[in-house]
Amino acid sequence: MQNSFKAAAVPQHISLTNSDVYSHSHSPFYLRGDGSGRNATNGTNIGELQQSAGNGFSHLDAVDLTRSTMYNSMKASSGSVVSSNLQFGGLTNSLGSADQMGSSNRGVGLMLQRGGNVILGFGGSLGNGQFENWTENSGVVADHSQQTDNTSTDTDAKNQFPRVHHERLIVEDSTDQSKGRIGDQKALCKLAQNREAARKSRMRKKAYVQQLENSRQRLVQLEQDLKRARQQGVYVAPGFSGDQSHSMGGSGSVAFDIDYARWLEEHQRLVNDLRSAVNSHVGDGELQLVVDKVMSHYEEIFRLKSSGAKSDIFHIISGMWKTPAERCFMWLGGFRSSDVLKVLGNQIEPLTEQQLVGICNLQQSSQQTEDALSQGMEALQQSLVDTLSSNSLAPRNSGNIADYMGQMAIAMSKLATLENFVHQAELLRLQTLQQMQRILTTRQAARALLAINDYKSRLRALSSLWLARPKG
Amino acid sequence: MHFGSGSWSSYNIPAKRSVATDPYERIERMASASAVVIFSMSTCCMCHAVKRLFCGMGVNPTVYEIDEDPLGKEMETALMRLLGGASAVPVVFIGGRLVGAMDSVMGSHINGTLIKKQERCELTWIRMRFPVKSVSRCT
Repeated sequence: MQNSFKAAAVPQHISLTNSDVYSHSHSPFYLRGDGSGRNATNGTNIGELQQSAGNGFSHLDAVDLTRSTMYNSMKASSGSVVSSNLQFGGLTNSLGSADQMGSSNRGVGLMLQRGGNVILGFGGSLGNGQFENWTENSGVVADHSQQTDNTSTDTDAKNQFPRVHHERLIVEDSTDQSKGRIGDQKALCKLAQNREAARKSRMRKKAYVQQLENSRQRLVQLEQDLKRARQQGVYVAPGFSGDQSHSMGGSGSVAFDIDYARWLEEHQRLVNDLRSAVNSHVGDGELQLVVDKVMSHYEEIFRLKSSGAKSDIFHIISGMWKTPAERCFMWLGGFRSSDVLKVLGNQIEPLTEQQLVGICNLQQSSQQTEDALSQGMEALQQSLVDTLSSNSLAPRNSGNIADYMGQMAIAMSKLATLENFVHQAELLRLQTLQQMQRILTTRQAARALLAINDYKSRLRALSSLWLARPKG
Repeated sequence: MHFGSGSWSSYNIPAKRSVATDPYERIERMASASAVVIFSMSTCCMCHAVKRLFCGMGVNPTVYEIDEDPLGKEMETALMRLLGGASAVPVVFIGGRLVGAMDSVMGSHINGTLIKKQERCELTWIRMRFPVKSVSRCT
């Protein structure tokens, strides 16, 4: 049967042949034998649509019926037209020609998918075409209510029709099938590509949403952790509570605080594992595993601090992310490497002769390196004093802005070496720990790590006690 | 034990300066001239730290301040390429062999290999300088 639609103001004509792209559709999208029941229940129609479309239409996922596609694939010979303006306003106008529609209730429903894909649904095919129009929540509506004898009623079924996952296209018969063949191939290709593209974009979107969900959950968990930690009296940088104005580094320092808090919690967990392993006298191999885990966790804080130093060196040096007592005895952004061995006490005894020599050498070398770095820092401070003091600047600033800026530039470059110092200090801490592990046996190393952790947590507890002490 | 010239004074190799002032050659020559050689800059604080480290170990290294060297600029680029890093100094050579920047020096020191490197090359150096039968004199 002829289906022809006259478009009101369309430059081109499209004939819809059933040899079109929709030849892939093996089962009719829907076939309305009678138009009576349809119009009233557009919603159900879509429901049916979806159901029937459930299985075989995945290949018709995304059809982007762009103008060119349409126009390539459709020949105008049969005189069918579709509005080039895929607005339903225009379309409906175009469909308004009652005489064309005749009693067959044909119309073109355009369903725009998200992403701009368009699905053409053609009501009825061979027989009494019934036109179904349905909309998609992107808001383009098929409206053939203007058809004179059209029984389809809905114009805006945005809400009625849920997102249709499977689109179908039905093409009405056209007499002009042969001419459409070549164009059909191109259209098929294009449609397939479009389907792929739409599918990919849907998957991307899903992945993104998933990522957002995960981040949100993580955030919620972090906030809970923080609240818990605060209640336990652990000092947490106030900047985390959302007020970032106090820290110059802004989000960089806040991010570091969060990372550090998380690291600390993980560290505590690992140390507890270690403690239970030691207490339950597990075998050396298993103990070594736990020790290795703790050691590699130390490497992680090294990396964290190095990147934190890059983003905000003063925040790291300030130690605001540590408890007050820790902060007081801090050295270049962390604990003193020479203290590591001092806090061991007699935990690692008995030591062999060789081990004793090794430990003594380690003590000495870490002390020497620490002193060297400290002296380097003093030299830095001294040179900054020299640079910034009025001795270095021109006697009277009669427009010697250039001098001033020059000195400032020098001071800036000196300040930049701070990061290197903190980096070296951090490296020293890590290497001292690693060398200690090399010298000691597994069991001794485990006890040593526990002792170090005990010292630090006692220092933190001291901070809390001090903060909570009754004053006056 | 002490060897080499004074502690921090610049020690420029005298007019043995050949026409071919290829910076790499020059560096190699300077590095082999003493047991422990540090390339430094007078304004660099990390260099100061390295110097203090060796001093604290009781070693007197030979220090070249390349910012006071007329060919310093080329040497700086050459050193930077040698290290593959962002900064040219400080660079430490022991026994003519490259040890590296502060992190390598520190790493070697902590794991005990620095002292060994030093002792080894000191002995070699002394044997070279004083080719006498008894080495035991120079401990």
